[in-house]
Amino acid sequence: MRKTVNQKAWFLVLPVFLLVAFNALIPLMTVVNYSVQETFGDNVFTWAGVRWFEEVLRSDNFWNALQRQLLFTGLVLAIEIPLGLAIALTMPKKGFWVSVCLVLMSLPLLIPWNVVGAMWNIMALPEIGLLGKAINSLGINYNYTRQPVSAWFTLVLMDVWHWTSLVALLCYAGLVSIPDAYYQAAKVDGARRWAVFRYIQLPKLRHVLTIAVLLRFMDSFMIYTEPQVMTGGGPGSATTFLSIDLVKKGIGQFDLGPAAAMSIIYFLIILALSWLFYTLMMRNQEN
Amino acid sequence: MAKITLDRIRHSYFPFPSQDEHYALKRVHLEWRDGGAYALLGPSGCGKTTLLNLISGLLVPTEGRLLFDGQDVTHASPEERNIAQVFQFPVIYDTMTVYDNLAFPLRNRHVPEAEVDARVREIAAMLDLTRTLGNRASGLTADGKQKISLGRGLVRSDVNVIMFDEPLTVIDPHLKWQLRSKLKELHQRTGRTMIYVTHDQTEALTFADTVVVMNHGVVVQTGTPIELFERPRHTFVGHFIGSPGMNLLPAEVKGGKVFFAGEEVAVDNATAARTAKGRLEIGIRPEFVGFGKAGLRADIVKVSDAGRFRIVEAASHGHKLKLLVPEGVSIPEGSARLAFNAARTRLYEDGWLAGDRPEDEA
Repeated sequence: MRKTVNQKAWFLVLPVFLLVAFNALIPLMTVVNYSVQETFGDNVFTWAGVRWFEEVLRSDNFWNALQRQLLFTGLVLAIEIPLGLAIALTMPKKGFWVSVCLVLMSLPLLIPWNVVGAMWNIMALPEIGLLGKAINSLGINYNYTRQPVSAWFTLVLMDVWHWTSLVALLCYAGLVSIPDAYYQAAKVDGARRWAVFRYIQLPKLRHVLTIAVLLRFMDSFMIYTEPQVMTGGGPGSATTFLSIDLVKKGIGQFDLGPAAAMSIIYFLIILALSWLFYTLMMRNQEN
Repeated sequence: MAKITLDRIRHSYFPFPSQDEHYALKRVHLEWRDGGAYALLGPSGCGKTTLLNLISGLLVPTEGRLLFDGQDVTHASPEERNIAQVFQFPVIYDTMTVYDNLAFPLRNRHVPEAEVDARVREIAAMLDLTRTLGNRASGLTADGKQKISLGRGLVRSDVNVIMFDEPLTVIDPHLKWQLRSKLKELHQRTGRTMIYVTHDQTEALTFADTVVVMNHGVVVQTGTPIELFERPRHTFVGHFIGSPGMNLLPAEVKGGKVFFAGEEVAVDNATAARTAKGRLEIGIRPEFVGFGKAGLRADIVKVSDAGRFRIVEAASHGHKLKLLVPEGVSIPEGSARLAFNAARTRLYEDGWLAGDRPEDEA
């Protein structure tokens, strides 16, 4: 079949192209521009080559922040994915309680991020906060502004509270779309609860789980607002993640070149890891 | 292996059924002989699948009891009942190979691996799956997937009953015929009870020794294909089985005799006609109407050739009738007299064969 060539079709793509250009391409290219030049304001730029990239990759701050970031994201994924899946499996499939559950599960997702940070900030205060006071009265010495372990514990707990719902809701949507016939056949075949999970539910949830892992990976890897409000990156630099480090560099110290170089490295790490997750989880799909 | 008894079963999907319309199964009292080949025939939505799920234990009846060899299993799980069921749409375990899919029901019951292997290979050979045994099941066509579903239903040798819920819907026509004969062959070889649900009369009549016809949640007739054809117990059976379906004419009963539009018609169940009340109809299949010197006056409207016989449409007193006329019999032009085979002409009362209504049994 011969295709008709009509160049006017490009006009139809134009609005989307403009939108993407203004919210992604142009800002990204600006960052690229900063990352290879030196500027002292007044729109005067001098060529810097890969100097800023070398500086970022040689700095201990960057590597430490990256390590903390990987640990945080690892913990968050290891807790939220299984927990969300478990919650989805126990949610009712029909009846009055479905809507109650769905609304309750959505609530944390509807709260602005800085409010989440502020809430937990107050709640975890060792003297007056509900959580902080409770932990201390159990005899455990807990103070998130002084102890790195307490700060980490609070941040991970907060993220689990904030985002497990998302995983649970995605998994729930996947679960309810499995036709009844599968469960009926499994019953007739004499499959136990575990076998139903292993051979029906888990394979059918592969796609939504991939999406859940990707979303949670990207979001937690870019986390800024909550730890910024909670701990400001402290105590010391115990909770200084990549984004906090980046903002300090770019806006705090006004090192625009190194900050731009770091942004690009940060972006490439996320891109590479997302690709890795996607390929690993979809690997068995083809053969 | 077991005799299955449905003892006054009613089932409703409503939590608190109060009217007859709330029941998907209104009144079912049936016995399935051990080792029989049954077909459950009826239009979509008549309650066939509900009945099947009640037998397999996926549903618990609202009222009544279910017995396997006289033992009450109304509340037993599908596993305890030891039954096999094949569903309308293929169900396969995506991550497993074809072999593991077929072995799944056996392994769940901890059958020794050597026996599993023997059974899987036997069933695979029967369904032409031997070459694909090592493949992943998710890559197969709809045909192939449904064969796996069938295989999982057939793989266990000790089941009480195997139930097929319109299993060939997604299968290619030529393969359909082949698989149906395979099932029939398997039934003859193993002698296991099989229940085959379908809305296709050809499928039902070729597979089964006994056909159970359902309509609106009621079993209207149970019988051999010949009984269903020769003595429909309900006008629905007369209409649903046979092509073209049974002719129905409005009737009146006066002094123990049956009349259509003032002309007397001899019927087989004339004795029942004495007490007949309600909506009355005369039913006669097109096969049993012929031309004669005396009989019902009618006009020939249309003749269509269907190969070995011709279908004649006639009109009598404003009512249409169909006749099946064999080759070689001449068809009169214009008007004619229609002769009914009295032994095959019956009176129906509110749809039911007069004298054989379900209420008469109770």
